[in-house]
Amino acid sequence: MKSVNVLLIFKKEIMYKPIIYRIAKDFDVIFNVLEAKIFPKQEGRIILELRGTDEQIDKTVNYFTSEGVELQILADMIKRDETKCVHCGACTAVCRVDALKINRETMEVEFFPDKCVACGLCKMACPMDAMSGTAIDREI
Amino acid sequence: MSNIEIKKSYEEINKKIKEGKAVVVTAEEMPEIVKSEGVKKAFEKVDVVTTGTFGIMCSSGAFLNFGHTKPRMRASKVWLNDVEAYGGIAAVDCYIGATQVRDDDPLNMVHPGAFKYGGGHVIEDLIAGRQVKLKAKSYGTDCYPLKEFEKTITINDLRNAILYNPRNAYQNYNVAVNLSKRIIYTYMGILKPEMGNITYSSAGQLSPLLNDPFYWTIGTGTKIFLGGAVGAVTWHGTQHSPDAMRDENGMVREGAGTIAVCGDMKQMSSDFIRGASITGYGCSLMVGIGIPIPILNEDLAFFTGLSDSDIKAQIIDYGIDYPDGNPRSLGEVTYAELKSGYVNFRGKTIPSSPLSSYPKARQIALILKEWVKNGFTIGVPQIQMPTVPFSKK
Repeated sequence: MKSVNVLLIFKKEIMYKPIIYRIAKDFDVIFNVLEAKIFPKQEGRIILELRGTDEQIDKTVNYFTSEGVELQILADMIKRDETKCVHCGACTAVCRVDALKINRETMEVEFFPDKCVACGLCKMACPMDAMSGTAIDREI
Repeated sequence: MSNIEIKKSYEEINKKIKEGKAVVVTAEEMPEIVKSEGVKKAFEKVDVVTTGTFGIMCSSGAFLNFGHTKPRMRASKVWLNDVEAYGGIAAVDCYIGATQVRDDDPLNMVHPGAFKYGGGHVIEDLIAGRQVKLKAKSYGTDCYPLKEFEKTITINDLRNAILYNPRNAYQNYNVAVNLSKRIIYTYMGILKPEMGNITYSSAGQLSPLLNDPFYWTIGTGTKIFLGGAVGAVTWHGTQHSPDAMRDENGMVREGAGTIAVCGDMKQMSSDFIRGASITGYGCSLMVGIGIPIPILNEDLAFFTGLSDSDIKAQIIDYGIDYPDGNPRSLGEVTYAELKSGYVNFRGKTIPSSPLSSYPKARQIALILKEWVKNGFTIGVPQIQMPTVPFSKK
């Protein structure tokens, strides 16, 4: 069982098709809606956490692509420059999903890209310019 | 020297250090020793406790002397990487302040501004050995005719580069929340509305001045770790206020003492001095400081033996009170609570996060411990900082 956070972009041609319903029915993956934004008749954006076996997740991802859904694996979007990070902890104030979390033993900030939803708030909070990458709503 | 009772003298401790026999522990290790063996035994056993802190410290900057040009110039305006340094000191001296931003910085015109590069970053770049563009202007005099000068330099081209920070290592500090209904971008970090989060900025039990709350051993002449090199305390810092609120032990419960520090940037490392950009606020400098505390008597063993659960700070509203200049405290919290990640306050469980690096503070205290073990002696303060009387409870 693994967990992957993905950003799905539904263009207007497909945004009213029941695609998410099919992933549960056909591939039996567990999904959890982390964020969603619908711009009526223009575009829909959903961040989903997908949980399942490697095979289930691969099939789901292929299915999304075949239906014309743009898909991005969020773990690849935000990076931390380890040479710049001083483990001050400022980013942990704004991270909503505990992708940046303080280890209470060492007090170091640990980064778990798998949990990241690429909101970009860490980049704003970091005084050291250690976080970089693309946020889902805007270039950061 | 202060008039406290000295049971183990500076001479005795320094002799042990020179002989490599001094017992040195960090301020994180000392509470364990005091807890298991008691204050008296801890005093007898330990000679020096090392402390550390690493965080954003405004009121920092550097005096730079860039040497005489040919023909000579009496620089009146100076810039480094387009960040203005104050040139009204002497012909080729200037002071680059940590919070000065680049001339063309958009500031908060689109709020919150990013404040990408400022004086703190210039200081980091110089220490890291990176190239920096120096620009100077003058009106020209008979003895200093040159009116404009521009050159790419590194720290090696500077005759002197002396970090001089008028206020560092705050003894304790506000803990921040936001009672307003909108998100705010402050020097205490991003604060969510209606107490959505709580931030703090102190190394707590490791913090230098919290280990010597009455400044008995810290004063002008104290030798310190500053930015990876040997530095010194030169005076009490600006805003130093010993008469701050104290608890029954004498420990300060709010921002109190500060120190002015000084050191040679050419010896420093950018591992311990970093430029900082604070979204919506401005630029600053992260500074690493460590101070060795000689355990001259049992009271010092007691204070260095206090831990995060014994040190309290005040919760201040940065949404309305602080900007208005209202000094009201909403309540008190210990560093142990703050460090746990959550604070229970007014019936709410509020996530807490630090702004100063505890891992770096620990690293500094450990490095300083090695220094002292290897012969770094304790500087005897020549001028004491203003303090208040101590009465034992």
